[in-house]
Amino acid sequence: MQLQNDIESRQNTAFRNTETFRELGLALFIIILSAIFQLRNPKFLSLSNIKDLLTNTAILSILTVGMMMVIITRGIDLSIGSTMALSGMITALTVSANPGISPFLSLAQGMAIGLAAGLVSGVLIAYFNILPIIATLGLMNILRGMTYLISKGKWVSAYQMSAGFKSLSTGTTFGINNLIIFAIIIYIIYSYFINQTRLGRYIYAVGSSPETAELIGIKRKRIILLVYALMGLLAGLAGVLWVSKFASAQGDTAVGYELNVIAATVLGGVSVAGGRGKVSGILLGSMLFGILANALPLINISPFWQQFIQGIVILAAIISNVLLQRRNERIALKKRAI
Amino acid sequence: MAETAASIEVNKPRGFRQYQWELFLIVLFLAVNVVNSFLSPYYLSLDTFLSTPMNFLDKAFIVLPMTMVIILGNIDVSVGSIVALSSVLMAVSYNAGLPMPLAMLLALVVSTTCGFLNGLLQMKFRELSATIITLSTMSVYRGIAYVILEDRSAGRFPSWFSFLAWGYIGKIPFIVLFFILAAAVFAIILHTTRFGRMIYAVGNNKTACEYSGIRTGRIILAVSVLTGLMAGFTSLFLTSRMGSTRPNVALGYELDVIAMTVLGGISTSGGKGRIAGPLISIFLIGFLNYGLGLRNVSAQVLLIILGFLLILSVLVQNFTNRPERKSPSKASLSTASTHRSDAESGLDIHGNSAQGG
Repeated sequence: MQLQNDIESRQNTAFRNTETFRELGLALFIIILSAIFQLRNPKFLSLSNIKDLLTNTAILSILTVGMMMVIITRGIDLSIGSTMALSGMITALTVSANPGISPFLSLAQGMAIGLAAGLVSGVLIAYFNILPIIATLGLMNILRGMTYLISKGKWVSAYQMSAGFKSLSTGTTFGINNLIIFAIIIYIIYSYFINQTRLGRYIYAVGSSPETAELIGIKRKRIILLVYALMGLLAGLAGVLWVSKFASAQGDTAVGYELNVIAATVLGGVSVAGGRGKVSGILLGSMLFGILANALPLINISPFWQQFIQGIVILAAIISNVLLQRRNERIALKKRAI
Repeated sequence: MAETAASIEVNKPRGFRQYQWELFLIVLFLAVNVVNSFLSPYYLSLDTFLSTPMNFLDKAFIVLPMTMVIILGNIDVSVGSIVALSSVLMAVSYNAGLPMPLAMLLALVVSTTCGFLNGLLQMKFRELSATIITLSTMSVYRGIAYVILEDRSAGRFPSWFSFLAWGYIGKIPFIVLFFILAAAVFAIILHTTRFGRMIYAVGNNKTACEYSGIRTGRIILAVSVLTGLMAGFTSLFLTSRMGSTRPNVALGYELDVIAMTVLGGISTSGGKGRIAGPLISIFLIGFLNYGLGLRNVSAQVLLIILGFLLILSVLVQNFTNRPERKSPSKASLSTASTHRSDAESGLDIHGNSAQGG
């Protein structure tokens, strides 16, 4: 670890600059975009809309935490939309069967389901050497099918859910929506975990060089299992929050949501080549995504543009990542020139 | 055809054993048909055998280039979106007054362009994996389809257009004949041409290929273009089969196609596999779905089964590839037995998955 840090800091300060440059660029982009939206529709920067925006972005930002770890280890998880649907559906069914159940028990139940799903994909990827995309693509369909089977194609609607369950996402604490509080708590824990703990740094090590990580004694497979398990856990949590927020659990809950999460994550500068990514980055990435989702209807762009814009955003993000990295390497080479 | 493939790979078992995976798939295929014939008394007839493929053969066209993509060690998840985009553009341009043959040509051009873009991005940005590139273009292409058609559907094609999917030449459906032709072309390209050998070479060791002067970027580009072209054919046949189109057609085709390819014995680590395997697994999965349809098994269960099949076939391959094939006979036994039990457990799961959470 020491060695790696040394190398990283010696590599060049330009690298650090590039990353801050990136983040400043992203922040600037967000500001410009907000300004444009504000000019088109003055309601955009009103306090109530900002609250809305943050509330709607909370679930996405929780999921980017998990996806960041997955992508840092060079993986990808396509199954989270289905995991969310399954955990949301099962907890909603449980709540409708026994309305007296504590909301926190529902949260725990959803997280347990998500954890189980994450463990399955983690074991398949880490111990059976299945490509992440194949394993999670398969699991995506298995979990989605299970959601339909368990619900028998029916919805669980608002009147079947207890008030306590619905208040998980819609209630407020100290005037702030619970979802935002959930997101803040998770971000605080996560930024401590990924930056300060040994385990967190191991995730970066495994991502930037799996062979080296194994040579210095990191149990690579366990780290990968951990990463997918945590992703599943967060997806399970997000599923419960989603169902409680929209007060409806359906078979097609969060279909395709994994793409939004991946988009926000790579937009936040998490490199798909592995080993690189910052907490502040994914926070900015999900904010930008939340702003886009929130503002497009406000300025009368049809929702059918959303998928296209999302795709273009991912593409632009990964390409600009590559270009920045190349520029950075060129600078490094120049510095070494005699 | 496959002889040339095998003659270069030194450690491969020869003759009969070389085809153990294909043989196994054939056995499985026969088993599926035996079960199906018990389910419906009308099943066992030549007509059924010839007409059933009309229900699933449209997506099989993408399996052919997907085999190449996976041999290259890549993966392409944008194929379903390419099908949707070219199908939507064909319908819209026809409704806007373009003659049908030109609209069909447009569909092929659009899909080929999409494939070309995928390939170009992979060529220009080598740092990025094909996974993430096609994941983003998947969104872009389907996004365009949604922008064009929103939540409407488009159709009202001329009546002769349905010939593609439903027409017969003699006693054989047109789509079957066309597929045989396409499969033959791909088999020849993959197994007898220089280009085909290069695909295997790039899949085995990209860096070595680059050092020995193979332009790997161009190979990847060419395969992407082929993928786009075949996705275009899929969109023609699919649109013809359904009679109209919507932006959400071919949703999830990438799973079907990748599952068929991987079940056919094409290793996801690249550089391995013959086209015969995927060809058999197309019919295996197709007839399996048809049989489950006879039993009124819901589409959701099919999703689960397909997901399991995908994961299990990779699992089995990973196990059989590991022990360096020192004793082929043993390996063959274990392949067959493990896979059979896996497949059975996959089927069991659909039976009692209502309880399983």
